[in-house]
Formats: sequence, C-alpha cells, structure tokens
Amino acid sequence: MTEHGIGVSVKRKEDRRFLTGNGNYTDDINRPGQTYAYFLRSQVAHAEINGVDTSAAEQADGVLAVFTGADLAADEVGGIPCGWGLTFQNGDPMIEPAHPALAQGKVRHVGDAIAVVVAETRKQAKAAAQLIEADLNQLPAVVDMKKAIEGGTLVHDEAAENTCYDWAIGEKADVDAAFDEADHVTSIDIVNNRLIPNAIEPRVALAEYEAASGDYTLYTTTQNPHVIRLLMGAFVLQIPEHKLKIVAPDVGGGFGSKIFHYAEEAVLTWAAAKVGRPIKWTAERSESFMTDAHGRDHVTHAELALDKEGKFLGLRVRTLANMGSYLSSFAPAIPTYLHATLLAGVYTTPLIYANIRAVFTNTVPVDAYRGAGRPEASYLLERIVSKAAREMGIDQVEIRRKNFIPSDAFPYQTPVALQYDSGDYEATLSAALEAADVDGFAERKEAAARDGKLRGLGYSTYIEACGVAPSAVAGALGARAGLYESAVVRVHPTGSVTVFTGSHSHGQSHETTFAQLVSEQLGVDFEAVDIVHGDTSKIQFGMGTYGSRSLAVGGEAILRAANKIVDKGRKIAAHILEASEADIEFADGSYTVKGTDKAMAFGEVALAAYVPHNYPHETLEPGLEESAFYDPLNFTFPGGCHVCEVDVDPDTGVVDVVNFTAVDDVGRVINPMIVEGQVHGGVTQGIGQALMENAVYDENGQLLSGSYMDYTMPRADDVPSYHVSTEETLCAHNSLGVKGVGEVGAIGSTPAVINAVVDALAEKGVTDVPLPASPQNVWRALQEAGA
Amino acid sequence: MSGFNYHKASDVADAAGKSSSEDALPLAGGMTILPSIKLGLSDPSDLVDLAGIGDLKGISVDGDTVTIGAMTRHADVAGSADVQNAIPALAAMAGGIGDAQVRNRGTIGGSIANNDPAADYPAACLGLGATIVTNNREIAADDFFKGLFETALDSGEIITAVRFPVPARAAYEKFPNPASRYALVGVFVSDGPAGTRVAVTGAGANGVFRQGDMESALGGSFSADALEGISVSEGDMASDLHAASDYRAHLVGIIAKRAVAAAAG
Repeated sequence: MTEHGIGVSVKRKEDRRFLTGNGNYTDDINRPGQTYAYFLRSQVAHAEINGVDTSAAEQADGVLAVFTGADLAADEVGGIPCGWGLTFQNGDPMIEPAHPALAQGKVRHVGDAIAVVVAETRKQAKAAAQLIEADLNQLPAVVDMKKAIEGGTLVHDEAAENTCYDWAIGEKADVDAAFDEADHVTSIDIVNNRLIPNAIEPRVALAEYEAASGDYTLYTTTQNPHVIRLLMGAFVLQIPEHKLKIVAPDVGGGFGSKIFHYAEEAVLTWAAAKVGRPIKWTAERSESFMTDAHGRDHVTHAELALDKEGKFLGLRVRTLANMGSYLSSFAPAIPTYLHATLLAGVYTTPLIYANIRAVFTNTVPVDAYRGAGRPEASYLLERIVSKAAREMGIDQVEIRRKNFIPSDAFPYQTPVALQYDSGDYEATLSAALEAADVDGFAERKEAAARDGKLRGLGYSTYIEACGVAPSAVAGALGARAGLYESAVVRVHPTGSVTVFTGSHSHGQSHETTFAQLVSEQLGVDFEAVDIVHGDTSKIQFGMGTYGSRSLAVGGEAILRAANKIVDKGRKIAAHILEASEADIEFADGSYTVKGTDKAMAFGEVALAAYVPHNYPHETLEPGLEESAFYDPLNFTFPGGCHVCEVDVDPDTGVVDVVNFTAVDDVGRVINPMIVEGQVHGGVTQGIGQALMENAVYDENGQLLSGSYMDYTMPRADDVPSYHVSTEETLCAHNSLGVKGVGEVGAIGSTPAVINAVVDALAEKGVTDVPLPASPQNVWRALQEAGA
Repeated sequence: MSGFNYHKASDVADAAGKSSSEDALPLAGGMTILPSIKLGLSDPSDLVDLAGIGDLKGISVDGDTVTIGAMTRHADVAGSADVQNAIPALAAMAGGIGDAQVRNRGTIGGSIANNDPAADYPAACLGLGATIVTNNREIAADDFFKGLFETALDSGEIITAVRFPVPARAAYEKFPNPASRYALVGVFVSDGPAGTRVAVTGAGANGVFRQGDMESALGGSFSADALEGISVSEGDMASDLHAASDYRAHLVGIIAKRAVAAAAG
C-alpha cells in the first residue's frame, strides 16, 4: 500500500476548489451574447390547450422570441424519448405516449411547460411570460393510483385504465401452491412514499449554436453527458454526434434526478439555433420541486408464506408504480428490473411472484432516485420479515439467520432472475449486532422508559444489485442502450497521466478514487494523475454515473486501460533494456529485468514512447495511450446490515434516531473515508424517507409540498453520529473486487428505521406505521391502536 | 416583481409619512417582505427602510419593565444579559427564532407587525401582556393581534418599541413544523403582574390566541398537573399537511404542560 494507493483515506482532490468556492458549475458558465429563457408552466394538472397567445409577450421589453409546442411541431422536433421498453404480461409493448418538449394539445401536470420566452435578461423573460395568454380548458385530474386504474379520466387517451404496462415475474401457480402449504402467512400493505430529489444545485442548461460550423454545444447538469447526446441528438433534434457537444461540468448532486433527458435541454438547444444566440435557463427552486423527476411512489400488497419453523416458502407481491404523466428516461425499468428482481433479498425464498402495474397520473414523472427500485424492495422485504417474526414470536435476528443464503452457496441463483456472485450476510449481521451493542439494548430501553420514551430497535439485512449492468442482460430486459463504460489512459512524455472516463462525478469523488487506482496501478504519483470527465468532446464515450456503477464499471475500465499501458511499457522496456519481454517485471513504477539490477522507471519508458530514438518501431507504435471499454459480466451485489435505535415520544409522536449502525459489504474499498461519506449521505436520505420526506399532491394535482416550507428535508441535527464500517467479500467478476457504495445507505436504512419505530410502539399495540413516520403519523398510529 | 421605490427614513416621522400611502410598506429586517416580493406574493410601490433610525434600536430595563426597540434584532435580544436576567424565557424564545441568519436580520417590530400565525414573538407579547408602543399610541398586546397577518396598526403607524412587564415566571415551548421549523404549536406561559397567561401561536386557525381555560386552571395552581383534562377545541385549530386540527389541538395541551413545567421549574 502506497501513501495514496488503494485502501488509503486520501483527502479529496476536488475539495480544494469546492471548499474555496472555485467549482465550475453550469450556472457559472456564461457565453458571449448570452440570453435567458423562462418557461411558462401550467398551474393546473390537467387541461386541454385551446390556444396560446404569445403576441403581447413577443412585444415585451428585451424579448427575442417566444416558442410554444406548435413551433416545435412545425419544426418536426421529436418528443422526449424513453430509454427502456417493457411489455404487458401477454407480450404487448407498454403504452408509450408522446412526450412533447413543450405541451401540445394538453398539459398533464402542474409544471408542464406551455411556452418558453427568450429575452436579453432573466427578469425580462420572466416578466414577458406573464403576458402569455394560455387558453386552457381544465379537466379533472388523476392523482391517486387506485382511482387511476379504475379508468374514468385518462391521462393519455391511448392508455386504458391509465396503465402503462402490467408486468409479472415468477410462476404464479407455483407460488400460490406454496401459500396453500404454508403454516403461516404474513401480509402487509405498503405505500412507499413519493420523494423529491432536491439536489443542492438546481437543473441548469446553457445551449449554443455556431452557424459557421453547424456545431451545437449544450452545457447541462447531467450525470451522463453521452446519454443526453444520444437521446436528444438522435431522437429529439436529429443532430448527429459530431455536431453536438454536451458538457456537464461540476454538478452539485444528482441522486438520479440528473440522469434523465429533460425537455428544457432540447428546447434550449433547438431555440439557440433559432435565436442565433446562446440561451441559459436556471431552474428556480420551486421549478425543481415541480419538474425534476420524483422518486419511489409505490402502493404494494405483499404476502409471505412461512413454514412453522419460520422458513420462507414463497413471496407474493402486487405493486402499483406511479409513472407520473409521461415516461421519464428510465422510469419503466425501476419498479420491474431494479425492484422485482431484488425480492429474494438475502434470503433463500424459493418461490417468488411479483406483479407490477405501472400507472399514469397527472403528476410529474417518477424515475430513479438514489437506490431506484431497490429501496422499495428492501423496504417491502424487511418490513414483512419483521412483521412475520413478530406474528410468529420468532426473534428478529433469528428469523433472518434462519433464511439467509449461506456464505458457501455462491454463486446463488435467485428465483427472480439474478445470480448473486458473492456475499456473507452473517458476517455483516454479526458485526452490526456487536457495533450496535444489541446486548445492551434492554438496559437502554429501561432507561428511556424512565424518561417517558418508548425505545425500539430495528434491523435491515439487505442486498442490492448495482454496477449496472451487463449490456446483454439489460438489452434482453428492454434497455435501449448498452451499459458498459469506457476509459482512456493517456501517459504524457514526462510520465504524468490524464484519465478520460465516461463516468461522471457529481459528488462521488472520482477525481480522488480513480487517481488512487491509477497511481497504484502505474506506480505514478497521485498528484500526477488527473481525471477528466463530463465533456463529450473530450471523452471517447460513456454511459455515466448512476446505479452505483462508477467504480465497478468505470473503474474497471480504467484499470483495464492502465493494464494495457503497463503491457506496452513492458515491450518498450524490453527493447531498451535488451531483454526478453517475459523477463520484464513491473512493480512500484519501475520495469526491471528479472534477476538483474537493470531497470527503467515508468517515466523513462513514457519518455521513450514519445521520444522514440531507441524504440521497437517495427513492432510498436510510439506514444503511450490506451483505451478500454468494459462491459460487466454480472451486476455487483453489495449488501449488509443496518441497525437503528429510536426513541419515540408517545405524547407527540416525535421519533428521535438515537443510534444508527451500518455494516456494509461494498467489496474492496479504495478510499475508506469516501466510502464512509457515501454511507453517511445515503443513510441520511434513508432516514429522510423514513421519517420526514413526502411529496404530496392534492386531489386536483396541486403539489402541496412544493417548497421547503412543507417538504421536510433531513438536517444535520435530525440524525445522530453514525457507526459505519465495512466487511469485505470481493466481487467475483471484476478484477478490482469492488461492488459499489453510492446507494447502500439509502437502500438499507429506511426499513431499519421503521422496524425500530414499530418495535418501539409494539407494546402499545401498534403493528405498522406509514411512511414517513412523521410525528403526526406516529401519533395517529398510537391513537388508532387505542394507546 | 414590478419594482419599488426605496427610501431610507431619517426618523420615525419621516418613516410614518413615507409609508402612509396605500401600497407603501415599512421595511424592518426584511425577513418576510423580501422573500415575499421575490416570490411575487407582495408587490409594494415603496419600501421605507427603518434601519437608519437609531432611536428604534436597543434594550433597556427599568424596574419591572423591559423595553425593546422595534428595530432590535432577535440575536440582540437573545444575547442581551439584561433580557436574560429579567425575562429569560423571552431571551430563549428570541434565540430559537428561525436560523442564525434570520436572527441577525429579523427584528421584534417587524415580526409583530407582520403577525405571521406561526411566528414566535406574537406569543411572547400576548403571553407576557406586553404593550406595543407606536408613533401615535400605546396598544395592549391583547388588542394588537387581529388574526392572520392582521394587526391594530393603522397605515403609516410605526411600532417604536415593545414594553414587557417582568413576570415572576415564564417559559416558551415550541413544537416546530418538521419542514419549516416555524411553530406548529408554540405556547408562551407566564405568571406575574400581567396575570396568568397562556398564549398559543402556530396552532390557531385565526392566529395567536390566549387559552382561557388553561389560564383559569393555572390561576388556581401554576402546575402542569392543573392542565390535566383541559381539552382544546379542534374547531379553532389550523390544519395542514403536517398537523390536522385534532393533532394540533392535542399538541397544544402537551406543549402547554411542558411550558408550565419549565416555567414552574
């Protein structure tokens, strides 16, 4: 291990600029002649558009242009595409309604864009937008999914019963038979609450068109610039890749919400050519609330069949998944391939059936949000397992141990398509029990009771599939893109290194972790390695960052490119040192001839590659640059155990998280500090979902939680200091052995918190609390239990 | 926002004159007006800034009375040794308003003139039996707060100071809205020269109010136990995402008991 190599908590390179205010975010970028866009948005959730009169706005001060959906249609601008296709159970394709970038014919959610004003200043654009007369014929809104599937008002005429697809996995008859044989059946109804991502940096886009060259540039807040180039260039605007540059500079948090291709990006890019000047749009916070894709929003009924010993025999799940008003880029995949396939969890449940019905409503689109499908799966499983244990009088730890996939059973084929490659659930569980001092809980509960508090302990033993994904598998499951990653490692003549990665950092610390990886692999100084990302004109290609894939897929691509560098250097060294290639060893940044003191430093080899005076020209090209595309063989499967301890104030319903322990297996850890930070962030978001966050629309489709006055974000003083540690089992199919850490915190934590709350309230007769377990909801649960 | 004229008032008379037109507003700390203007919820023609009027700032204690200038910031009240000694509950209340930025800008006069139904100061004024002093008159707190964002102030009338009688005991307990952290329920209780008072903010459908049943009970015995069994009318409560009226009514009872327990020490 070197000072900056794998396994060292190297301080983050990027913090120097972030902490000194020198980050370069999209809104920091300004182009000569720049203008500003403001979007007029629907105030109602559902209406026919009879007409949009823009004449007064066009005459307003500073206004350069006003565009509506009709202008886009006239120019044959395509709709915003969906990147994943699913089918109904009978094989029919899902209903995929058009999603115009500016509304055409109807508006379908509060915030749906009706028109865009381009003006000299932001203020002028906003003022002019107030002069647009949109003649709307308001229609009843469809908000509640259970009502939506009864038909009546349709969000899209072509989607009968507002259904996008009705999909299933597993053999229902076999699962039903298991239930017939069961000694005990536990059932649960869950509403997985709707969440608003709330990245600190709102979405921003800045588009520019150069008439002389025909080149377009879009600076945008995205997690995957090449995906935006593909979706927007090919499907919406018909701009070929070599004429369209996407730049995603520093991005201030994404959590999934910046994966997707948004209408504003396409409208600005199109309008920049129309207006002939660069156009910038910066979302106001209230726009972020009502137009960023939301997350979660499932209504689920689940049943678990058990034998008399508490062994799981079968699991039956029926879920309504909210798609919102249009299909966002990856929305159809979230409740199916990232949720239903995770329903085995860490358990040997032999038979699983899940039916997922995706539903359109007059709300903003719902798509991936930190964890994306997997938090819904872990929540469902860990809640129903805890409930079953309580009903059968089995200890919470015991029922989990009884059903764990044993550590010698890998590779393990689940009944829901996935094959887990490695894991040791007992190891993370026992480490967590110790770290959380579960043995001392009874004493702490008594002490809390003396203060009038109800103390509870909750567990979650979870798994997730990440490092998305093997392209062949993703393709077979409906993905319309591959999910590999690419890297170029460019060694400069003096031995310093620039790495071009298709992964994108928006808080993940790639500039540090990837530099550690390359520093270790090539034996070059950590400071001599720079990581470049986020610009399609610099990066060969990339599928971006989401699904905890950066290290497991992007990092592996970098490693493979670096290994090619080592191999090429070996050939150069062999020639110069006059030895056979087989006798050249590479270690610690030095090529040596085996058994001799003849050696060349890596930097000398690099120089020789670029100053090839003495060089094997007949067999080798000069230069030292290699690329790799890596397509993983399987998902990776991080997992672990979270233990949460809460105090509930029975008078007010306030839940106080007093202890939180996370023991996660994320595979090999490159930078423990960064891993810990990722877990802290994820756990805090998971606690936020459990206790605070909730996006609420009223029956008319108005977003009631449309600002921080009403949407509760977790804050530092809401959470305790966490006990975070890792237990490693290595990923079996990538050479780094890494699994990914971005989402584990958010996936594992929420059920641990709610299980703790239910445990605390159990003595009062409460068996379930809704998400979020806000003070009012907890108080109400106590009231209903008659406590 | 259509724009406004900015005036820096030289003295109270100047401020009163300039803010007397229909669409003009006096500007104190700006912690409500400025965001309201930005969000398009308020569109004043003129803002008359009171920040330059030295007479409106400062804290003095005279015998049994604490007088706080209208433009005194929350942070100054919270940090004042005089207030901490005379009415510790008032200093603690001021220290719990908003966040550090708000406390460094927001003022007592601005807060009570705005009379946000979830603000803390209205509860303190009503709960301590304060007197609101303006350029024209003195108004008892009992007569000052007139419902949601409404007060007894006339157009062009400027609050200059608030006088608090020093109580024998007092406390303020706040149950914050989980999202905004304004008071979902805030109860200020006191016992002293202004009588036994229980003032509730955040909860009422019509803004800050005094809870008569609790005051009577505490008049007999100033203890949390005295409040046992007193029910708060659900019908008078506000209702929102975070607390329907029944939960708010329940919380008023709980928070009042806690305030009394804290005051009774």
